Amino acid sequence: MAITIQRPNLTLKEKMYFPAILGGLATTIRHAFRMLTGKTHVAMQYPEEKWDSHLPAYYRGAPALVKDEHGRERCVACQLCEFICPPRAIKITPGEIPEGDKFRKVEKYPEAFDIDMIRCIYCGLCEEVCPEAAIFLQKDYAITGESRGEMVHHKEKLYELGGLKTGLVHKWNDKK
Amino acid sequence: MSNPTTTTAPPPVQMLNVQVDGVWHQFPKGTRVIEACSQAGAYVPRYCYHPKLSSPGNCRMCLIEMGMPKMGADRKPEMGPDGKPVINWIPRPQISCAQDVAEGMGLRTDSPMVQECRKGVMEFLLINHPLDCTICDQAGECRLQEFSVEYGQDSSRFLEEKVHKPKHVDLGPRITLDDERCILCSRCIRFTKEIAHDDALGFVDRGSYSTLTAHKGVPFDNNYSLNTVDICPVGALTSNDFRFKMRVWFLKETKSICTSCGTGCNTVVGSRQDVMYRQTPRENNEVNSVWMCDYGRLNFHFLHDEKRLTNPQVRLADHTMSEVDWKDALSRAVGQLRSFKGEEIAIIASARMTNEELYLTRRLADALKCTLMDVVPRQGEGDDILLSADRNPNTAGARLLGVAAATPGAKLREIIEGVNAKRIHALVCLGEDAAEQGATAEALHDLPCLVTTSILPNGTTAASTVVLPGSGFAEKRGSMINVKGRLQRLNRAINAPGNARDDWEILRDLILGLTGSNGLYMVEDLFRAMANDVKEFAGLSLSKIGDLGVQIIQEEEKKAVPTDVEETRTGTLPTPP
Repeated sequence: MAITIQRPNLTLKEKMYFPAILGGLATTIRHAFRMLTGKTHVAMQYPEEKWDSHLPAYYRGAPALVKDEHGRERCVACQLCEFICPPRAIKITPGEIPEGDKFRKVEKYPEAFDIDMIRCIYCGLCEEVCPEAAIFLQKDYAITGESRGEMVHHKEKLYELGGLKTGLVHKWNDKK
Repeated sequence: MSNPTTTTAPPPVQMLNVQVDGVWHQFPKGTRVIEACSQAGAYVPRYCYHPKLSSPGNCRMCLIEMGMPKMGADRKPEMGPDGKPVINWIPRPQISCAQDVAEGMGLRTDSPMVQECRKGVMEFLLINHPLDCTICDQAGECRLQEFSVEYGQDSSRFLEEKVHKPKHVDLGPRITLDDERCILCSRCIRFTKEIAHDDALGFVDRGSYSTLTAHKGVPFDNNYSLNTVDICPVGALTSNDFRFKMRVWFLKETKSICTSCGTGCNTVVGSRQDVMYRQTPRENNEVNSVWMCDYGRLNFHFLHDEKRLTNPQVRLADHTMSEVDWKDALSRAVGQLRSFKGEEIAIIASARMTNEELYLTRRLADALKCTLMDVVPRQGEGDDILLSADRNPNTAGARLLGVAAATPGAKLREIIEGVNAKRIHALVCLGEDAAEQGATAEALHDLPCLVTTSILPNGTTAASTVVLPGSGFAEKRGSMINVKGRLQRLNRAINAPGNARDDWEILRDLILGLTGSNGLYMVEDLFRAMANDVKEFAGLSLSKIGDLGVQIIQEEEKKAVPTDVEETRTGTLPTPP
């Protein structure tokens, strides 16, 4: 069924166009003036300006590993994050903490811990599933690299991103 | 009097009426109460009970309510309104693992008292148990974890300090013990005493300080020690070979058989992403019960050797080896083989090959008109538990399919001497190393045609004119016949590395090149062709063999293998006793 559209009946002023153009120019000039006097912010100058200070507390950026105040790497290579990771971005090679090490009691540590940031979807399930509070999603969002290899975060990079976290539960104590 | 050797039909088993959770069932006399409950669909949790071991009844997890028929004054059971005996329930719970069913017995597996018992036992077991599931290798297949979820409570009421016991104990060369995780079920002690006949383990100290330990100064190193890791319901005993390698929930489980000796123990291969991490025994009461030896269990690391052959190679005119594609390598092998007469050709096959491969070897020999053909025998010391003296997994198959001489290895000497004396000009060496069997490097090098299939480089591949990379036991499908004549199935758990191929495909393509036809596209086709030709396989197919195998040769296998050939095997492994 055909639909008949009612065309608007333009007034003389509208038919002449010029008043509308002048009106638009006035708006533009007003904005330009407010800009010059610093009264409005139009755009964030990324990458000179960053989002960092504007991110909400719950923001999910790149996952990273943390050490605690004793300098112990919290991860014990239980591989639960590897299991839960929906895009299979995490790959862990477990190893045994050698005899004589300060943290020998913990027995197990990740020999290698790789997160493929091309695969990572920032879902945060790794943080949620971690029984040791060892992996946290940071606020880093600009993950770039020139090759696929560079986009894989190895253990060193993950600890560099995560740094030290205090106030976590120390379950590997003597009473355990 | 009747002759005592005449076989008579076994007397009919007496069936007993037993009430399980209010429903009357019948069980044959001699059935354990715990098994009867399982058969009736009411699983009773257990730690110390193992169907193949004695029952000490020390874990108390299988406590249930039991009752016996109420006897009237006439010493006859009183009947209820339903016509069934009225049951007098014993006021206290009983363990179900150490008692057989009796006529008129009543069992309650899910009553409030039973639930309370399980909860209590779980709480006691967890008092001193460390909370280290995150690093424990048993996590994922741990009975304590599973029953804690099903029957335990959600948190601990224990505020005191836990008892500390030895950790990282080197129990033997292949086992690490964590005594804090041990729940004192004594399965390992009973296994090593009753099955392995090596009374090496025991408990010392008392009460909560009871500790599992090996005899001082006596290493726990018998060839069956790793079975204790399998039956340990918790993570106290861990295999050094598998420790911290991979969490069990990642492992893909493939039913297969062990190929390290003629017994052919049924196994489950655990692999992930084309890496094999472990193999564990699988129940088959006709072959291996639920056990396997450490030697066979650990004999798989050669599959991941970094020297694995991954591409076909041919020898160039300047005697260097060059990697080529399959088409080139196969056409060159066929071209070389074709230029020799049957009596100039010899084939050394392997009793580690599957029946399918051996059958094709036979057809290859026919196509080449070659009659000089044998397998390499491997003898070791056997024991009276599982390990067979014949370390080849498929000697019976090689003999049945006419690849091995009547006494396997009888013609091998003739072949090696023929090569060394340069009477033989073309040698096909399938998965074996002629150099190791006495052929000199010079003689092998001078052969105008030496076609080998192998998974690892050796003296023969170095001198070959064509090298065709094959597959290891976990990388292929096929069947083998064990020393007792049982046909069993190998399954593929992982893919062969690089461009290596299934051995049967290599042989098929060689025959195809020589004769121009065979119509075999899948290993199932091959088995069908074999079943048509060999009467022992008649009516069978790969799928009909099933997971537990089929007995196809009835009489006891004669041990007619010469003993002068040393036992050899690729890869690193514990020395069998």
